[in-house]
Amino acid sequence: MTASLLVFFVLAVLAVAGALSLIFQKHPIHSALSLIVVMVALAGLYLLMGAEFVAAVQIIVYGGAIMVLFVFVIMLLNAGLEEHTSISKLAGFPGILLALALTGFIGATVARSAGLTQVTTGNATIPGALSSTRELSTMIFKNFAYPFELTSFLILIAILGAIVLAHREN
Amino acid sequence: MDFLSAHAEIIITLIKIALLMFIVLTVNAYLTWFERKVVAHMQSRWGPHRVGPHGLLQPLADGAKFLLKEDPTPAGVDKFVYFLAPLLALGLALTSIAVIPFGPDPIRVFGHNVYLYIANPSIGLLVLFAITALGVYGVALAGWSSNSKYPLLGGLRSSAQMISYELALTLSVVGVLLMANSFNLTEIINAQSHPAWGIGFLGWNIFSGPFPQILGFFCFFVAAIAETNRVPFDLPEAESELVAGFHTEYSSFKFAMFFIAEYTSMITVSCLCSILFFGGWLSPFPQSWTFTYYLPSLLLIPAGLWIIWDGIRYETIFGKVILPGLGTVFTLIGLALLLPQLQFINVFIQGPFWLLGKILVFLFVYVWMRGTLPRFRYDQLMAFGWKLLLPVSIVNVILTAFFILLRSKP
Repeated sequence: MTASLLVFFVLAVLAVAGALSLIFQKHPIHSALSLIVVMVALAGLYLLMGAEFVAAVQIIVYGGAIMVLFVFVIMLLNAGLEEHTSISKLAGFPGILLALALTGFIGATVARSAGLTQVTTGNATIPGALSSTRELSTMIFKNFAYPFELTSFLILIAILGAIVLAHREN
Repeated sequence: MDFLSAHAEIIITLIKIALLMFIVLTVNAYLTWFERKVVAHMQSRWGPHRVGPHGLLQPLADGAKFLLKEDPTPAGVDKFVYFLAPLLALGLALTSIAVIPFGPDPIRVFGHNVYLYIANPSIGLLVLFAITALGVYGVALAGWSSNSKYPLLGGLRSSAQMISYELALTLSVVGVLLMANSFNLTEIINAQSHPAWGIGFLGWNIFSGPFPQILGFFCFFVAAIAETNRVPFDLPEAESELVAGFHTEYSSFKFAMFFIAEYTSMITVSCLCSILFFGGWLSPFPQSWTFTYYLPSLLLIPAGLWIIWDGIRYETIFGKVILPGLGTVFTLIGLALLLPQLQFINVFIQGPFWLLGKILVFLFVYVWMRGTLPRFRYDQLMAFGWKLLLPVSIVNVILTAFFILLRSKP
């Protein structure tokens, strides 16, 4: 119990630190690396909740495939240091207001729920939770087969759109 | 004592990790010797033969050289990433060995069952793929951070190559997963232990029904060679065009770290090939053939005798002492395994013996290919990955699923 709480806090701090570092790093590659830290920390959090399949897929898809693509593009464009512009009008006053509102919203939700210790109870499997690979596959391919197929269709359209856009200049 | 028994699990795991690290690094070192010797003999050369008898101490000399060499950091590198890259490559490569099970039965030590793996997660195979997915960063970041054009090109090539072949790599094992119904490596091996007519090797995934995974194995092995950046897919370090590719700017032990990482992933891939397609620690013979249990002795004793014979004829005094000593040890181990009192040890080593034998075969194939095949051109590499491996592995998935359904529905 205490061990899993400790691991939770280590991973949580790692995730938040990674996210902050992602914003404040000057170089795109360093930002991308920070994002990888966030992804891996999130995978650790999923593992702590007993969702091992989701954790592994989080690392394979987000930590591996997608972030490799980011790093690849940054390397290919040989992007230099980020140029800092003066803060835009939208990001100024309304941005701070929105950020405060979001923080308040999340804080209120956490306060209304059963409290911090209950949230981090670790391995206790919540009924109906997506814990094992088998349950997850039953969910996706049996209970929610049509929404799942529709989503994949949507992604296919996006891929085709990307190809059409890339070929238009020729 | 209380402390020891209370934390026995953790202590045993730490000892296992240290032991496995030592074994893997030693095997790595001798893999370089093995590779150089085999490739040399394929090309009618002698290979290393100056340091120690038959060059057996060459890995030691290489290690000392790597440790003592000057380690300059080139100007204009991104310091943090430059130092992170080799650490990442080596760390991830070594981590992947942790989930490989090397034998079926635990050893009993002080009342504790010590299994021949460090971790046995129920998603073992996915953990390995997750590690492989992150492994790209070692190479890509090394290429980028070196602030030099050849490493950058090598890093770019490797990222593209690894992304392309990861798809085929992952899809090619789906057939095995469908047949075993599990991601756990131990369960995948156990699922292969019900051969037709009791003939061991007919139960292995590559031969057994409902659909033999020959296509799957072909795709997996080719994609895995590409993932480990070995010949004929070693474009990231093509020396004729890119000097040494992504590790051009690394020297001394940081270069050695990339080197060890590459060889460790070769070992991991060989382990995976044996486990997923060739029955892991299962013997190829029928279970009733108990006389096959004497095979380790049958191999060790002649090998030992031959090493003694070779040692007596060796030119140097050192070789005349070392080689017969080594041969005597081999022969004695082989003879000891024949003793009726030590049969429990002989029975225990059967699993590891077969698994290590299969791993050795795949390592030899790796070296064999390096000795024979020319390198692919870049467009050939991409076309091969996307136009052949990916469709074939998808067809394999569909066919396997179809035959499994056909068998399950009477």
